[in-house]
Parts: sequence; C-alpha cells; structure tokens
Amino acid sequence: MRVTKDLVAASATPIVLGILAEGDSYGYALLRRISDLSGGELDWTEGFLYPLLHRLERLGHVEAYWHAATGERRRKYYRITRQGLAELAEQKRQWQTVVEALTQVWPLLIPQEGTA
Amino acid sequence: MTVTDGKDELETQFAQWREHVRRRPEMVESDADELEDHLRNSVDELAGLGLDRDEAFLVAVKRMGGLDELSREFAREHSERLWKQLMFTEDDPAKKNRSRRDLIAMLVCAFGAAVSIKIPELWNADGHFYQKNAALFALPWVAGFLMWRRRTTGWVPGLLVGLFGLGAVVANAYPTGDDGQSEGLIVSHLPLALWMVVGLAYVSDDLRSARRRMDFVRFTGEWFVYLVLMLLGGGVLTVFLYAIFEAVGMSPDTFISEWLVPCGVVAATVVGAWLVEVKQGVIENIAPVLTRLFTPLFTVALLAYLVVIGWGGRGIDIDRSALITFDLLLAVVLGLLLYSQSARDPLAPRGPFDVMQLVLVVSALVIDALVLWAMAGRILEYGMTQNNVTAIGQNIVLLANLAGAAWLLLTFVRRRTGFAAVERWQTAYLPVFGLWFWIVVLILPPVFRFD
Repeated sequence: MRVTKDLVAASATPIVLGILAEGDSYGYALLRRISDLSGGELDWTEGFLYPLLHRLERLGHVEAYWHAATGERRRKYYRITRQGLAELAEQKRQWQTVVEALTQVWPLLIPQEGTA
Repeated sequence: MTVTDGKDELETQFAQWREHVRRRPEMVESDADELEDHLRNSVDELAGLGLDRDEAFLVAVKRMGGLDELSREFAREHSERLWKQLMFTEDDPAKKNRSRRDLIAMLVCAFGAAVSIKIPELWNADGHFYQKNAALFALPWVAGFLMWRRRTTGWVPGLLVGLFGLGAVVANAYPTGDDGQSEGLIVSHLPLALWMVVGLAYVSDDLRSARRRMDFVRFTGEWFVYLVLMLLGGGVLTVFLYAIFEAVGMSPDTFISEWLVPCGVVAATVVGAWLVEVKQGVIENIAPVLTRLFTPLFTVALLAYLVVIGWGGRGIDIDRSALITFDLLLAVVLGLLLYSQSARDPLAPRGPFDVMQLVLVVSALVIDALVLWAMAGRILEYGMTQNNVTAIGQNIVLLANLAGAAWLLLTFVRRRTGFAAVERWQTAYLPVFGLWFWIVVLILPPVFRFD
C-alpha cells in the first residue's frame, strides 16, 4: 500500500515534530524511526526529509546543532524549540478533529485497529 | 586487494560523491556534510546486513536517488541559494577570518584614498592640480590593497612605488602650460599608465603567468562595471541628499561637491577592486555578457559603415577628433574581443561566434586602414603635433594588436591552431600597452618641449 503524496505532505510536519519532541535526533535516525513507526509503509526520501527539516529550521520550529556523540561521527542534530512544541500542540488538535470525524464516518473500520 | 586499500577506495568514492553534491549551487557545505553522514549511516547499516562495503556504498547511493531530484527538492526550500550570495555567508572559519581581514584592509585603503585626496587642499591645490593628479590618489591604494592580498615581497613593491613616484613627477614637475597639448595628454593618459602599474600589482604573485594576465583583463572589466554601478548609486544618493536637505532649508552643495564626490569616487575605486577580488566566481562575470550582446551589434554596424563607404565612394573626412574617435572604436573592438575571449573555454571547439569576431576585427582593420590613409595626407599638410603623434601611435599599437589577433583567429577558425595561441597573443601584448602609455606621458612631452 502506498500512502498518497498529499497525505504524506500533510502528516510530515506533525510526525517529525512528534519524534523530535521525544528527544533530539538526526536525519538518518528520523527516517529509520518513521519507517519503523509505519511498518515500512511510510518510505520518505532524503530529498523529502532534509528540505523539510531545513524548512522547519527556517520557520523556527526546530534548531540544528552539530554534535559528535562519543565514538561517533559528527552529526547535524535537530532539537524541537518552544515554538515547535506549540506548533505540535496545534497540529495535534487539528489531527484530533480529523480523526474524530473519520471515526464517526467509518465506525466499523477504525475500532478494528489491533485485531488485524 | 588488501583491506586498507578497499577502505581508501571507499573514502575516494565518498569524496567524489561529495564533490558532485558540492557542485550543485542549491546545496551548501553543511548540506554536503549532512547528506554524507546519511550516506555513511546507510553504508554502515547495509554492511551490518552482510554486504561488502563497496556494494553497500553503491546500494546506499542508489537508494538516495539521483542528485538531480535531490537538488531540485533542495532548491524548492532554498531558492535563495540560486541567487548566489556574496561573501557574508561563509561557513568555513578560516575563510571567514580571511574575508574579514580583506574587509578591514579594504576599509583602510578606501579610507586612506578618501583622506589623501583632501590633503593637497591644505596647500590650496586648484582644479588643474586635481585634473592631473586624480589617478594618483586612487590607484596607488588599489595597488596597495592588491599587493596586501597577494603578500607581495621582493623587488615588485619597490618598483611600484618608483612608478607611482614617476607618475607624480610627470604630473607635477613637468613644466606643462595650462591647456597645452602636453597637459591634455597627461590628464588622459596618466590614469591609463598607472592602471598598468595596478596590473603589475595584480600579477605580482606570478609575473610571467599568462593566466594571471588574463585574470587582470577580467579584473579590469569587472572593476569598471562595478565602478560604474557604484557611481550610479552615488548619483542616487546625491539626488536624495539635495532633496531632503533642501526641504529643511539647507544646501548640501559644498559638502557634496567638495567631500562626497571626490572622496566617494576614490574610495569607490578601492571598494570596486575588493568586490571583484572577493566575489570571483560567485557571480557570473558581467563584462563577458555585455560583450556577447554587443559583438553582433558592432559587427553589423561596422559592416554597414563599410558598405556605405564602398557604395557611395565617400572618403573619410578626417581631422584630429575623428582620428581619436576611430582610436576609441579600435579600443572598443579590442575590448569586445578581449572580454569574450576572457570568458571563453580555451578547449571549446570553434563556433559561429569566433567567425563573427573575425568579421568584426577584419572590418575594424579595413576601416582603420582607410582612416590612416586619410590621416597621412593631413600630416603631410600640417606637420607633426604631439596630439597627432599620440593619436597615430595609439592607432598603430591597436592596429598591430588587432592584426595579430585577426591572423590568429583566422588560423583558429581554419583549425590550424588551438585557441590558446589567440589568448597568449593578447596576454603577451599587455606590456606593449603599458609601455606605450608611459611613452605618451613620460617621453612625448619633453620631446615636444611641453608644448
């Protein structure tokens, strides 16, 4: 199953901000995490992720810093900012609305989650 | 193959890949770092799954997708990078440091120029003094800035000081009468002679290198373009100064004519040199673009002129100012030739543009031959004056250059030589111009008894 482009685009920011809210991370780890979270269904390209991160940085939702963890290469890490957390809360509210609406329209589909 | 060899090879591949990324204007150094780290993570992971590291590299690169697509995505977010930015966004600390020191040196030189032009006023220097000396307040500072950047040592700085000193002697110690021919020639030619001295400073890190001399030709063109742009900007500033201060009942006349204009112009010459030096390659050079645009137009104009002369049988009615006009025409043709050649890839095969240049040069030569023919009669009639000698000498210097260039272009277009010969001719000829300008200011006035 492929997730459509529009849906990927719409969900990208909340997903990235959500992961960064758990802790600082870098591009490669973000891609792996997203792939894991979606069971491999969300397969973002580098050409999608990095410009997105740079855009979030420009908007002030995240900030970047170079850091070398012990025994590892120097990497560009991203950290969510206070403004980014506010944005994430706002996105959560909007998605909640969408999900609630969907659960009512598709009463049979969504509660079956976990049984598949 | 040993293990270390494989590792080195992989590093070379990383370096090559990085090189490809850096060639994209959309991606900057830190993007290359970030993406390289990503690639290395991918390689590590694939190698962990049992792949050979070389194979892992290939797979990881393939996974990342084409650089075209990647850079297109980057361009969407970073469109400003396509408008290449000037020196102020340097990531590398060493380069940043260097560009800051350049900036300070430039400011010192520009300030020095601005101050130096006001000093003679302490002794009530008049307009005549400034007319003859103007270049001496600007160009030594430009040369100084260039030498500072090149860390010039040895005999070159001494020679430069000597030449500028000689220029000062010519401008002030020669007993030229006001408004005489000698004075006019010194006013018009001393800046050119001194500019060749600036050229010496420019190539001082490698005096014999043809590439460096061609760089100086490029530098001259870009510097001139910047200077014109800055003067236009200065003009706008002046207009506003007038308008806003007159609105409060003050006239900024004296300030503008005695401080802003002279100090601004000499400082602008240094700032122009600095801009050309630091932005080398950052912005597309503009002089070659202009020559590309105007070469066809000038070619058509000159051909039309030849047709008119040939058809109507009109002789060229020549006097001195006409001769100077034709000198300037040759200089413009030479400029068109030089700047399109300076931006040409020496390895590129001949193209229609080379043929057009040949046509342009040959038609200029034919016109000039007609002018010289007409001029010879005039000299027989009126005898030699300093202005005539200069105008004809100039003509001969330019004519020799263009004739040589035309011949080499012809052999190039007929595939007998490479383009390098054409370029070498021009760079080898540069000192001839320098010599000629110095002859005009240094030797001709005494020969004609400072008439």
